[in-house]
Amino acid sequence: MTHSAPPTPATEPAHHRKPKSGYKSRNWLHRFDNKRVPYLMISPFFLLFALFGLFPIVFNGIVAMRNWRLDDPALDGWAGFANFERLLHDEDFWNALVNTFGIFVLSTVPQLLIALMVANLLNRRLRANSFWRVGVLLPYVTPVVASTLVFAIIFARDNGMANWLLSLVGFGQDAPLDWRAYKWSSWIAIATMVNWKWIGYNALLYLSAMQSIPKDVYEAAAVDGAGPWRQLWRITVPMIQPVLIFTVVLSTIGGLQLFNEPMLFEENPAAASGGSDHQWQTIAQLIYKVGWKDLNLGYAAAMSWALFLIILIVAALNAVATNRLGGGRR
Amino acid sequence: MTATATRPRKRSLKNIGRAPQDTRGSWHTYLGLAAFLALSAFPLYWMFVIATSDDEAVSQIPPSVVPGDQLMENLHEVFTMQQVYFAASLINSFIVSAAVTASTLFFCSMAGFAFAKLRFPGRDKLMIVVILTLTIPNQLGIVALYILMGKFGWNGTLVSVIVPFLVSAFGVFYMRQFIMQAVPDELVESARMDGALTMRVYWSIVLPAIRPALAVLGLLTFVATWNEFQWPLIQLNGTPFPTSMVALSDLASGNYVIYRRVLAGAFVATVPLLVLLLLGGRQIVRGIMEGAVKS
Repeated sequence: MTHSAPPTPATEPAHHRKPKSGYKSRNWLHRFDNKRVPYLMISPFFLLFALFGLFPIVFNGIVAMRNWRLDDPALDGWAGFANFERLLHDEDFWNALVNTFGIFVLSTVPQLLIALMVANLLNRRLRANSFWRVGVLLPYVTPVVASTLVFAIIFARDNGMANWLLSLVGFGQDAPLDWRAYKWSSWIAIATMVNWKWIGYNALLYLSAMQSIPKDVYEAAAVDGAGPWRQLWRITVPMIQPVLIFTVVLSTIGGLQLFNEPMLFEENPAAASGGSDHQWQTIAQLIYKVGWKDLNLGYAAAMSWALFLIILIVAALNAVATNRLGGGRR
Repeated sequence: MTATATRPRKRSLKNIGRAPQDTRGSWHTYLGLAAFLALSAFPLYWMFVIATSDDEAVSQIPPSVVPGDQLMENLHEVFTMQQVYFAASLINSFIVSAAVTASTLFFCSMAGFAFAKLRFPGRDKLMIVVILTLTIPNQLGIVALYILMGKFGWNGTLVSVIVPFLVSAFGVFYMRQFIMQAVPDELVESARMDGALTMRVYWSIVLPAIRPALAVLGLLTFVATWNEFQWPLIQLNGTPFPTSMVALSDLASGNYVIYRRVLAGAFVATVPLLVLLLLGGRQIVRGIMEGAVKS
C-alpha cells in the first residue's frame, strides 16, 4: 500500500533568519529543541496514561484491601485479604465465572472460525471489492447498546423472531423456548450477539494477513495436488498464525470482560442481575452490581483484580495453545 | 447447457496453482458473501422496521419485514420525553466523541512523530513501554478510576468520560508506524537545517503528510468513543444529561418498555456511525487491516 507522496520540502526563505546579535539565544533554543522537546512531545501520553491508566490499576489493589463503601463512608479501615477471602466463598462470583467462560467459549470459537471462512471468501479477486469489505463492518460500527436491544426482541419468548424461526423447522410449537430462563439458552443468545458484532472485524484482520502470503507457496502446493480446501487448512491457516494468536488473545480479553450484551439482554437493564437467577450474569456485570448497586467498592475492586489475574492466565494459555496447534507442523 | 457445464471446469484448471487472491471469485463466493452481509445487516434493518412501526410490529407473527409509516411519531415521542433529555444526550455524545478524537489525534501524532523521527536517549525503551500498555485492558482499574474522579470532583460530569480516553497507546503505535514510512528522514532533516524548530516541523510538514492516517485513527476513535457504554453508565447514570448510549439503556429500563420508541432512539444514535461508515468505510477497513487493536 503506497501512502500519499510527501509534500515538497519547506524551504525557509533566507530573510527569515535572524541577524547575528540573536545568535546566543538561538543556540540555547536549538539545544533545548534537540534535547528536551522530544520528551515534551511524548510526555502527554505518558502523563495521561500514568494518571488514568496505570495509577487506577495499582490503586485498585489498595482499594481491594480496604473496606470502601459508598453508602457508609465511615467504614473505611484496612481489611487485609477479607475481600479476597469473601470472594472464594461467594457463590455469585463462581456462578459469574462459569457464565463468563461459557459465553466466552460459545462466542470465541464460532466467531473466529466463521471469520476465517469469510476472510477466505474475501481473499479473491472480487467485483466491488470495497463494497464487501466495508459491508462486513456494519456490525462493528453499530453501537452494542442498539444492536443488543434489537436482539433482545428477537430472542423474546412470545412472538420473538428466533422462536418463530425455530417453529418453522418444528421446534417448540406448543411451548416456545424461554431464552432467558436457562443458562444454555441465554448463553447462546448472548454469544450470538457477540459473534454477530465481531466476525467481520476479525475477518478483515485475517484478510490482511492472507494477502501478504507469498504467492509461490500456492503454486508449490498445486504441484502436490492440493485443492482449495486443503490449501486453506494446510497453507493459509498456518501462515497467518501470528494474526490468529493475536485475535485469540484479543477476543479472550474482550470475552472475559463481557458487559454490554449481558446488561442489555435483561428485560430491565437497570437491575444488572443477569437473569432471574443470575443465569447469564458475567463477572464484569457482577463487578458493576457489587460496586455501584450494592455500593461496596472495596469488594468490587477485589473482584476486578481477580478478573485481571484470570485474564492473564487464560490469555497466556491461549497463546501457548494456539502456538502449539499451528506451529507444530513447521 | 453442456457449454455451461464445461466452462467451470476449464476455469478451475486455469486457477490451479494460483494464490487465492489472484483467483476470480466464483458465484459461490458471491453467494456466501451476500448471505453473510444479509445477516450482518439484518438486525440494523429490523431496528429500522420497528422504529417506523406501531406497537404490534414487535410481536407480529410472522414478523413484518416492511417498514411502517410511524417514524415521525416515534421520533417525536423519543425527543419529547422528559423535555430535551434524548436530544441533549446526542449532543453530549457528539461533544465527548469529538473531544476524545481531537485529543487522540493531536497527542498521538505528536508522540508518534517523536518516536519515529527524533533521536533521544531511552527512545526505544519508552516505545516498548507504549507497546506493553497496549495489552492492559483499562477497564481493570475501573473502581479506582471512579474514586479518583470523585476526588477531582468530576463524577457525573462529561469531563469524567472524556479525560480517561484522551490518549491511546494504539494511537501512538499506529502513528509511529505510519510516520516512519510516510515521512522521509531527509524531509525532516532539511527542514531543521533551514532552522525550523521541532514543533514547527511537526505542525507544517508531518501533519499534512499523514492526513490519511489521521483520518483512519480519527474514524476508529470516534466510533469507539461513541459506542462506549460501561464507563459512561457508571459515571452518568441518573444524571439529567448522559451520553446517548446511557440514555438508550435508560429508555429500555423499567417495567413497561415501548420498543418502537427505544429503537427509534437507537436508530437515531446509530445513523451518525452509518454515515461515517459510508463516507470513510475504506479508511476504516484499511485501519483495521493494518492491525487495529481498539479495545
